[in-house]
Amino acid sequence: MADAHNKEVDQVSGVETTGHEWDGLKELNNPLPRWWLYLFYVTIAWAVVYWILYPAWPLVSSYTKGVLGANQRMEAIAAYDQGIADRSEFADKIVATSLQDISADQEMLQFALANGQAAFGDNCAPCHGSGGTGAEGYPNLQDDTWLWGGTLDDIHTTLLHGIRTTNDDTRFGDMPAYGRDELLSKDEINQVSNFVASKAGLDTDDGVDLAAGQTLYEDNCAACHGDNLEGIQEVGAPSLMSANYLYGKSLDAIKAQVTNPRNGVMPAWSDRLDPATIKSLTVYVHSFGGGQ
Amino acid sequence: MSTDTETHEGSQSEEWFASAKKIYPMATHGLFRRIKWALLFITLGIYYFLPFIRYDRGPNAPGQAVLVDMEHRRAYFFFIEIWPQEVYYLTGLLIIAAVTLFLMNAVAGRIWCGYLCPQTVWTDLFLWVERKVEGDRRERIALDKQPWTAGKVGKRATKHFFWLMIAWWTGGAWVLYFNDAPTLVWQLLTFQAPMIAYIWIGILTTTTYLLAGFMREQVCIYMCPWPRIQAALTDEKALNVTYRWDRGEPRGSLKQNKKLVDQGLPAGDCIDCYQCFQVCPTGVDIRKGMQLDCIQCGLCIDACDNIMTKIGKPTGLIAYDTDENIERRIEGKEPVYEIVRVRTVIYAAVIALVGAIMLFVLLNRDFADISVLHDRNPIFVEQSDGSVRNGYTVRLSNKRRHERHFMLHVEGMPPETLVEAVGVDETFAGRPFIEVGPDTTREVRILVTSPPSEDMPHSTPVVFRITESVMGEVVTAKDTFKAPGNP
Repeated sequence: MADAHNKEVDQVSGVETTGHEWDGLKELNNPLPRWWLYLFYVTIAWAVVYWILYPAWPLVSSYTKGVLGANQRMEAIAAYDQGIADRSEFADKIVATSLQDISADQEMLQFALANGQAAFGDNCAPCHGSGGTGAEGYPNLQDDTWLWGGTLDDIHTTLLHGIRTTNDDTRFGDMPAYGRDELLSKDEINQVSNFVASKAGLDTDDGVDLAAGQTLYEDNCAACHGDNLEGIQEVGAPSLMSANYLYGKSLDAIKAQVTNPRNGVMPAWSDRLDPATIKSLTVYVHSFGGGQ
Repeated sequence: MSTDTETHEGSQSEEWFASAKKIYPMATHGLFRRIKWALLFITLGIYYFLPFIRYDRGPNAPGQAVLVDMEHRRAYFFFIEIWPQEVYYLTGLLIIAAVTLFLMNAVAGRIWCGYLCPQTVWTDLFLWVERKVEGDRRERIALDKQPWTAGKVGKRATKHFFWLMIAWWTGGAWVLYFNDAPTLVWQLLTFQAPMIAYIWIGILTTTTYLLAGFMREQVCIYMCPWPRIQAALTDEKALNVTYRWDRGEPRGSLKQNKKLVDQGLPAGDCIDCYQCFQVCPTGVDIRKGMQLDCIQCGLCIDACDNIMTKIGKPTGLIAYDTDENIERRIEGKEPVYEIVRVRTVIYAAVIALVGAIMLFVLLNRDFADISVLHDRNPIFVEQSDGSVRNGYTVRLSNKRRHERHFMLHVEGMPPETLVEAVGVDETFAGRPFIEVGPDTTREVRILVTSPPSEDMPHSTPVVFRITESVMGEVVTAKDTFKAPGNP
């Protein structure tokens, strides 16, 4: 700060200096331009008006509300409702149109894909991943392996009623726990697992009786997984010849699944999402390319 | 000097603010004043009336020659139609504008400021109104000192009314560039125009009124960055409005100088009449040399030349001249004017180069476009039979004004590779045949599935090629096909 008692006046301009000096150059204490100063006053006035109109000051247990009653939470809810209303025209059209026809209509397809993508991120991504590639135990929606069918209608049914849920129309397909429930002995589990592995192109353990394994397969597994390990979609039994295994493609993983199978649950979304969103999701998931 | 108008009062810095000294530019006439009038008519004429020029682009297209259609994301300039992704033309225009400013500066200092800058042009127009209503410098100074009589109120009201009308028209003309002009004029007259139009008219009316009516030279001195940059770019060979102090000094009144001459003492041509100072729109005394406030408008030249003619002295005491020439005259050498020199040649070359590039790109641009975005999650998908699929989001643009079909082909993959477009059933020779509406874009999800292969590389370069069905126009985009192989 300049020393108030030691004012220095610049000889050339006749203006007082601030006392700041850089390499012999002294800063002149020129006053501010008036327009600048008035603009500064305007901002102060603006701030005062703002405090009165809008929520501003924190109080001990609350805050000043402002006379306009502005509330960002209410604005957000209003914006959400407005968004729903804005989409309703398309949403109604989607509800009224068959899944196949949605795909055929460029405009509706674009809307369904965008809507589906948003809903997927909110609801499906936690299990199936943001790109729908799933993880061990959570089906990959991008590939062509479908436990319960990959047509538009199949996907729609799965989304509506889920898998192994309490929904009335849900689908079940429980793999028996051959080890845990002692339906097969440990040796038998070893044999049948090695048989499946050998058919699926995996390395098998040495000295295991594959013929015995085949007999065990035909007696216990073929009813659901098919005579040729091709799987049966109606009961959600996967093909064992596929490159993609839901619970891991390895001999150990097969043994684990035969011994103590996991039966994953897919929620029924008809209880939580509106019909247009579920249809959009169906089209979106189908567009991943694995759809049939 | 006793008449120094720039004297500061000692107690000034005690005040909270310094009120800007009001400047009362006096009217003048002469060559540069005529040039300024001409440029004012041309520039404002273009600005105010350009939106009304029609240009036939055929059906389904706007018939306005110059139009920025924000709603449909197109910009039209006569035969040129700009899409949003071509906004880089704006970059080219900005480069040309900047370098042109540098070139003007290298040739003749801040002539942009003095003749073409919107701030100058509108201020000139507002000053003209002010003079018509309130009179010239002397009358205006007197009017300011007068008490508020009915006559003064009337003059002031008249002036502000005309200022506001010009400002309003300025804002009104601006919005016409963003909508069909005749339609919008009718909407404005019947209060049916969109709110955004009124808002912009309001903003531009206010800024024009304030900047051209009240802030005037303060914009040039305090708000505009160009004087600072210009000072760093200029050199001693640039033509600047220059007072020839070698000829003018020592200055004195006509009588005083005559006395000096009679006594055989040296006397300059400057008779200290202050005409150059009084006509200056930024309040500069040019005799103090080159200064930041000077906008190179040349009105002081006109004023001085008029005086010189009256007293029978040669004109050009104040003229566009270079610092170098003053030195040369003192040394007794001929003045030189080097317009063509390294600096100006480089600037001109840059302008020509950027202009040529823009013209080339404009003339050779495609009327179809493709952009490809590879899925990032997942990068690839393995199928149950061991084949690998990649997903892409492909955007096709049809810049023609009729519906067109494009055949999509992916090159660089084995022949058995399957290419599908989600939502597109039509195919041509086994390839997706995609319809794109007139003057629009279409986004299509493309799935490329390679047959099972042992030695599929981790990354295969592919080319997406679209071929237009009628004219055979071909556009390509590069991307890669990813597989779980070794990198």
